[in-house]
Amino acid sequence: MKSIVSTASNFMHKNKLWLLLAIIAVLVILPFFGLSSYLIRVLCMIATYSILALSLNLITGFMGQTSMGHAALYCIGAYAGALFSTRLGTNFWISLIAAIVVGALAGAFEGFVTMNLSGSYMTVTTLAFAQVVTMVAQNWTSLTNGPLGIKSIPRPTFFGIELTTNNGGLYWLVLAFLILTVLFVTAIINSKMGRAVIAIKEDELAAKLMGIETKRYRIAVVAIAGALAGVAGCYYAHMSRYVDPKVFSFDISMTILTIVIFGGLASIPGSILGAIIMVAFPEALQFLSEYRFLVYGFILVIMMRFRPQGVLGGLSKQPYKLPAGVKSKAREAAAQAKEA
Amino acid sequence: MALLEVNEITKVFGGLTAVDKVSFKVEPGEIVSIIGPNGAGKTTIFNMLTGVYKVDNGSINFDGKAIHNTSPQHIVHAGIARTFQNIRLFPNMRVIENVMIGNHINTKYGFLDEVFRTPRFRKGERECAQKAIDILESLDLGDQIDNYAKNLPYGMQRKVEIARAIATNAKLIILDEPAAGMNPQESEELMEFIRSLRDKGHTILLIEHDMNLVMQISDRIYVIEYGKKIAEGLPAEVAHNPRVITAYLGSGGISKDEE
Repeated sequence: MKSIVSTASNFMHKNKLWLLLAIIAVLVILPFFGLSSYLIRVLCMIATYSILALSLNLITGFMGQTSMGHAALYCIGAYAGALFSTRLGTNFWISLIAAIVVGALAGAFEGFVTMNLSGSYMTVTTLAFAQVVTMVAQNWTSLTNGPLGIKSIPRPTFFGIELTTNNGGLYWLVLAFLILTVLFVTAIINSKMGRAVIAIKEDELAAKLMGIETKRYRIAVVAIAGALAGVAGCYYAHMSRYVDPKVFSFDISMTILTIVIFGGLASIPGSILGAIIMVAFPEALQFLSEYRFLVYGFILVIMMRFRPQGVLGGLSKQPYKLPAGVKSKAREAAAQAKEA
Repeated sequence: MALLEVNEITKVFGGLTAVDKVSFKVEPGEIVSIIGPNGAGKTTIFNMLTGVYKVDNGSINFDGKAIHNTSPQHIVHAGIARTFQNIRLFPNMRVIENVMIGNHINTKYGFLDEVFRTPRFRKGERECAQKAIDILESLDLGDQIDNYAKNLPYGMQRKVEIARAIATNAKLIILDEPAAGMNPQESEELMEFIRSLRDKGHTILLIEHDMNLVMQISDRIYVIEYGKKIAEGLPAEVAHNPRVITAYLGSGGISKDEE
């Protein structure tokens, strides 16, 4: 059994690119298989939560700072996008850029406020931040329309075509966002910035004494996470065509955090798998009515007991991937031993 | 001109003067040791050198520039790198990544280079990884690059920490009690290793409480007790200094006092 697992993981590692392309191809043609618009909508929500989880994974998984208020950045992105489209009448793409910028600014602010905090202090502050954001959304009636929310947000358009769940447009749109997010997060993690951010999680003082500007990175990472949450928020607002403050409650923050931890801290595929499980399970278990939350909770407890690093978390057993053209005597010796 | 010049630095915690007007110098290519019994103020001096503590009085000049009361990051940029008494590697990162983080300040590419994987980014990453491998190979750690730091034996972790410090391109490497927690044979090997670093051209400041350990490898020794410098000079001179012997072995005068 063990050898099957390791053979499979070796196979996946060697053919990573082809497997990924195959998965993307299947995902792209999925709407042609006559899925109901309900199913398409579930898929869209999975992708939205994947983006949110990847965004939070930067802060919590890679940088090691637990945020219990990630819905705040999601909320800010959604309202920014919704307000631009309804009040200023901009098209979806302009609203999207606005949501990204506003999300990044809100993230930079959150990062600035929390840059000296760690552990429980960080967690409580982010929790409070989310409460403040929903309170503002509820009470700044002249801007946000308060608890009544913003209605009839126009659908996104693409070269004049209105994107809906029925024509699959909304699905392809969010799939494109998700793929870009994965590429973006992978790029920044596998770089100087990624190493610095992981070093902050591992030992912030040691990182500082290696010359890393830890505070600057902490602000930058939350700002980037805010920009990604802005994409997810803006998309959600234009998909559901309605936002109100209750949509971005504490439950949503918890769901995003659960996805990140359940899927695996600091694992990019983990965040997507986590989103699939966390979004699809409550839907698939609807026949159990309210008992489904019992099953859901039970699975989480079992999971944390037996695999605390998450489904796809943990340290890689594959050799470190050296950039092309780098010479290592140990690697050359290993390659020669393999040939002989 | 000396590489590092420390002039009468003082640090006061509340009413306690932890370091009192201590001065010393390090010339390029030397191994200089600061020794003293536990609680003498060695680690406080160390923390002032690396920018963790502010200096209350006095000055620290490195390579001709004042570096006291700046930030730890600034001091790394100026060219001083350190290791920690209780090893502080990044445990869940690989050996090569640990050393690449040491090279962080010398990796020159920006955020947009990362996102768009520009040639500049690829060149920077290639050079960074190659440099890390070169340093590790020169320290006989070339076959450990893929290992996670936390899985290495203690003595090897210490060497990786030194490799990480070298990767910053530091002109001066400060080692804080590098032999702490090692058995006599391991410390012997480590001292040999430190000597070999000097022979490769590195300048080393060693902070240690075990006098015997530093005797053979130091070019000069400063002795600190109760925050004050009590002796300085060549190892042999220091070893025969009566104040140093008193500091380390006690005065032997208890019975005299009682009489």
